[in-house]
Amino acid sequence: MPDLAGQIRAAARELLAAGEVAAVLGFAPGPLPMTTRPFAARTPAEADRLTWNGFCVMNPANLLPEILAAVEPPRGPKDPPPEGPLPKVAVVATGCWSRNIVVQIQEGRVRRERLVILGIPSRGMIDRRKVLRRVGGREIRRVEEGAHELRVEGPGLHETIPRWEVVRDNCRTCVHPTPVVYDRLLAEPVERTGVDRYAQVAEIEAMTPEDRWAWFRREIAPCLRCYACRNVCPLCYCPTCFVDDSRPQWVGKSLDPADTALFHLLRAYHCAGRCTDCGACESACPMGIRLRLLTKKLEKDVLELFGTEAGLDPGAPLPLAAFRPDDPDEFLTAGPGGGAGPEGPPPREEEPA
Amino acid sequence: MEAVMTGTAPGQWEPRIVAFLCNWCSYAGADLAGVSRLAYPPSLRIVRVPCSGRVSAEMILDALKAGADGVLVSGCHPGDCHYLQGNLVARRRLSLLKRLLEFVGVEPGRVRLAWISASEGEQFAALAREVTEGVRALGPARRLAKTLPEVRHA
Ligand code: SF4
Ligand code: SF4
Ligand code: SF4
Repeated sequence: MPDLAGQIRAAARELLAAGEVAAVLGFAPGPLPMTTRPFAARTPAEADRLTWNGFCVMNPANLLPEILAAVEPPRGPKDPPPEGPLPKVAVVATGCWSRNIVVQIQEGRVRRERLVILGIPSRGMIDRRKVLRRVGGREIRRVEEGAHELRVEGPGLHETIPRWEVVRDNCRTCVHPTPVVYDRLLAEPVERTGVDRYAQVAEIEAMTPEDRWAWFRREIAPCLRCYACRNVCPLCYCPTCFVDDSRPQWVGKSLDPADTALFHLLRAYHCAGRCTDCGACESACPMGIRLRLLTKKLEKDVLELFGTEAGLDPGAPLPLAAFRPDDPDEFLTAGPGGGAGPEGPPPREEEPA
Repeated sequence: MEAVMTGTAPGQWEPRIVAFLCNWCSYAGADLAGVSRLAYPPSLRIVRVPCSGRVSAEMILDALKAGADGVLVSGCHPGDCHYLQGNLVARRRLSLLKRLLEFVGVEPGRVRLAWISASEGEQFAALAREVTEGVRALGPARRLAKTLPEVRHA
């Protein structure tokens, strides 16, 4: 296994010392075993605090626009932008994170020329809940990550766990582990084929409406509506989120199951065609809710209906801001004479004017 | 949304369907059905919107939350949109929403989309009948309806 932490530190030191970037966004160790936190190194000395391991589950793309703004020279709201290029920021990016950066470029959130992307072909991040379940909830004081195993230690606890068994669900079914955009690649590209990426979704689709409803109710019942899943997502940057709208109040402040259901449906729906299945929302959820099942379902449908996947091409229009005249009409209740309608313009992806 | 949902005779259940009709085609189609004295079930609560593309997922779910038994969204035929492409964007959005709702167990048939032009009064009446009967067969919608009272603003 290459020493990725060492390579990230070396690249960060070099970029910061040369003045090529104003900050390097990566991860620092967290306060507890199996945790990390996002960290932006701004000096070569700070670069030594950067780390890399299987517990880097947050999505650094989420912080990128903020950090890019923070490294710009200070100016008043009415001052013109400074002359010359703005300072750059380097960021570590696995496959899914790089696709989130592509979505941010598509949505005008970041500019490619201000980024130095340190690409990391991903081996999959670890789900700490799975580790805790494996050790029966006993206290873990130290975790050492090897190439294919985790050595877990605590009071009276010495266990070796095969790594792949505790990798997150999204990573286990990931088909784009290698970054799609990068400036430097810090390890050999990884290929993953033969994964059934929609097995979890298909299992639910096969159930009856009654069972699906029962599953959904059960799945979201523990939700606290803390909105950590929203705050951690790089797609959720609305200045006023629909959950905070008060007139009309789309989602009530109560814990009525209908309000919680609406929150989950709309949050997932807002990410349709944009979500890269990075899993940050699920990793952030304190209640272990499998939020990804909804976004994954949408990902599957976007691919089936419109033939696109999020974040693969910075030049492509976003699937829900575009259309094709021959999009499937699958659920029209075409009244008599309704249905296909007159011939539209030639089929091509168009962005509304 | 509650305002649109009132007006059911007590005791007996009649489907209540919120119909978002676009100003340029479907609303005019509904109007024509009325002017032509065509009989169709009184189950539709019509909300006039500028374009089917204006109808958001929030609006549809809000209707279900307020107790609607079904939601119909109707706009101009593809190619006829007053805003050229609003209905085509709506089609993409609503296909996904409909699939998502079914994924979590909302019965197929609760949320529907249809194209009705301004000259299609008869088609509108037929659609109203078809949608009403479909929803009647499903029975009252309980799954996303809110049971706790909403806090009202002054
Ligand atoms: S993070 Fe989990 S508990 Fe918090 S709002 Fe999201 S789903 Fe609910
Ligand atoms: S949940 Fe929707 S409205 Fe809220 S921040 Fe995310 S995208 Fe925006
Ligand atoms: S919805 Fe979840 S999985 Fe999708 S991009 Fe946002 S944080 Fe990642």
